[in-house]
Amino acid sequence: MIIDHPILGPRDAQEFVYLGDASLMNRPDGLSDGIGAFHDYLYNRANPVGEHRELWYHEQGDRSWLVVTRNTLTHEITKVELARDVARASGRSR
Amino acid sequence: MRYSAFRVIAEALTGHRGWTPVWRDPEPQADYDYIIIGGGGHGLATAYYLAKEFGQKRIAVLEKGYLGGGNVGRNTTIIRSNYLLDGNEPFYEFSLKLWEGLEQDFNYNAMVSQRGIINLIHTDAQRDAFTRRGNAMILNGADAELLDREQVRAMYPWLNFDNARFPIKGALMQRRGGTVRHDAVAWGYARGADMRGVDLIQNCEVTGMRIERGRILGVETTRGFIGARTVGVAVAGSSSKVMAQAGLRLPIESHVLQAFVSEGLKPFIDGVMTFGAGHFYVSQSDKGGLVFGGDIDGYNSYAQRGNLPVIEDVAEGGMALMPAIGRARLLRTWGGIMDMSMDGSPIIDRTPVEGLYFNGGWCYGGFKATPASGWCFAHLLARDEPHPTARAYRFDRFLKGLMIDEKGQGATPNLH
Repeated sequence: MIIDHPILGPRDAQEFVYLGDASLMNRPDGLSDGIGAFHDYLYNRANPVGEHRELWYHEQGDRSWLVVTRNTLTHEITKVELARDVARASGRSR
Repeated sequence: MRYSAFRVIAEALTGHRGWTPVWRDPEPQADYDYIIIGGGGHGLATAYYLAKEFGQKRIAVLEKGYLGGGNVGRNTTIIRSNYLLDGNEPFYEFSLKLWEGLEQDFNYNAMVSQRGIINLIHTDAQRDAFTRRGNAMILNGADAELLDREQVRAMYPWLNFDNARFPIKGALMQRRGGTVRHDAVAWGYARGADMRGVDLIQNCEVTGMRIERGRILGVETTRGFIGARTVGVAVAGSSSKVMAQAGLRLPIESHVLQAFVSEGLKPFIDGVMTFGAGHFYVSQSDKGGLVFGGDIDGYNSYAQRGNLPVIEDVAEGGMALMPAIGRARLLRTWGGIMDMSMDGSPIIDRTPVEGLYFNGGWCYGGFKATPASGWCFAHLLARDEPHPTARAYRFDRFLKGLMIDEKGQGATPNLH
């Protein structure tokens, strides 16, 4: 698979480390939402068939975190964003 | 029809006109006592034991494709019970004991071959860890032996003992481990279940679940609604997809694991060998092909095929361990979809929906578990309480901090 890095251009997926569902960025603030919410965040996954937004870390490159939109049935990658931009767009780091 | 040597001879003398289909192809009835979703190894074993050991009737197995067309036909056929932790080892040893009597039990030749499995040791720390594991196995009634370098050399003199990075210092051996003809496991269980009246319904995909007031009443399928008060789901690989129909999110990611077969070679590996440090394991099939594999690809996938970098990685592991295979050609590769759970161990449990039960999260260890998985799931369905060896495989272990994490990796499914 080739991941089209927003800054570096197309890079081999082997340069990256995979973390999983991009919703892992939305960590609850401690146990403020209850233990159930944190348990769901840490252990449960949507694990969809088809389009999946997921976190990849460019360990062998510029060490940026990316949010990659990829189809789990075909492995086709349709969108690559910097995780930083996604977080800011959602109102984080103001 | 009961199979025996006498039957084979009698049929040979009468032109093989007496053989009948191995199982029926029934139309689904409107209503059953038990529905098992998934006609793979675990689902068929569940139906078989539910009928045979727990005396239940009116059972249907619903399969979206054909029987045994999923992971039971796509694995590398290894059986063993060499686990460390209390939650796992008694269960897998129960499974290995069932394997040992399986063919007589279901009257079908599954080619169970206890040819022995070795896990190679390369460092002192690894020897300590394997010694501990071997002791845990023995304490749970399994067999384990620690082999030194010369004992390994006597078995496989052509291994690369002096590899600069991973010199071979010994091995942990389980002589009762081995291989089984994987398709025959599905066929044997299917035939045994069918003979006891279980309806095996193929080309019948479950598309929805009918749940009212927190209780399951049946399932919507591509062949219409089928009612049942007890529904068991055994669809590892597609667990999240099926359980989403009941509104449940699981502690599971689906990942692709690739496997490989070389061209047929003369016999030279008579057991199973794992090279954990190099992510490579191998056995030789009765046809001569080397059956081997390595790590999962490492990203969510439902594609049943992987990518080339893992093929290269596995081939490198094989070359590092046994340079002699360098001239052998790869015949085929394929991929299967694994339920990778958050601690690397499976789940056999009730769900928040009354009457709906779940069996999954087998990671890449599901095949060896097939008999015990079926037995324990049937126990849960018939009695609504877990089998003693499967008590730890609960959903709430993640909430309560009771993970069964053999590798100590935490909630990172692609590292288990």
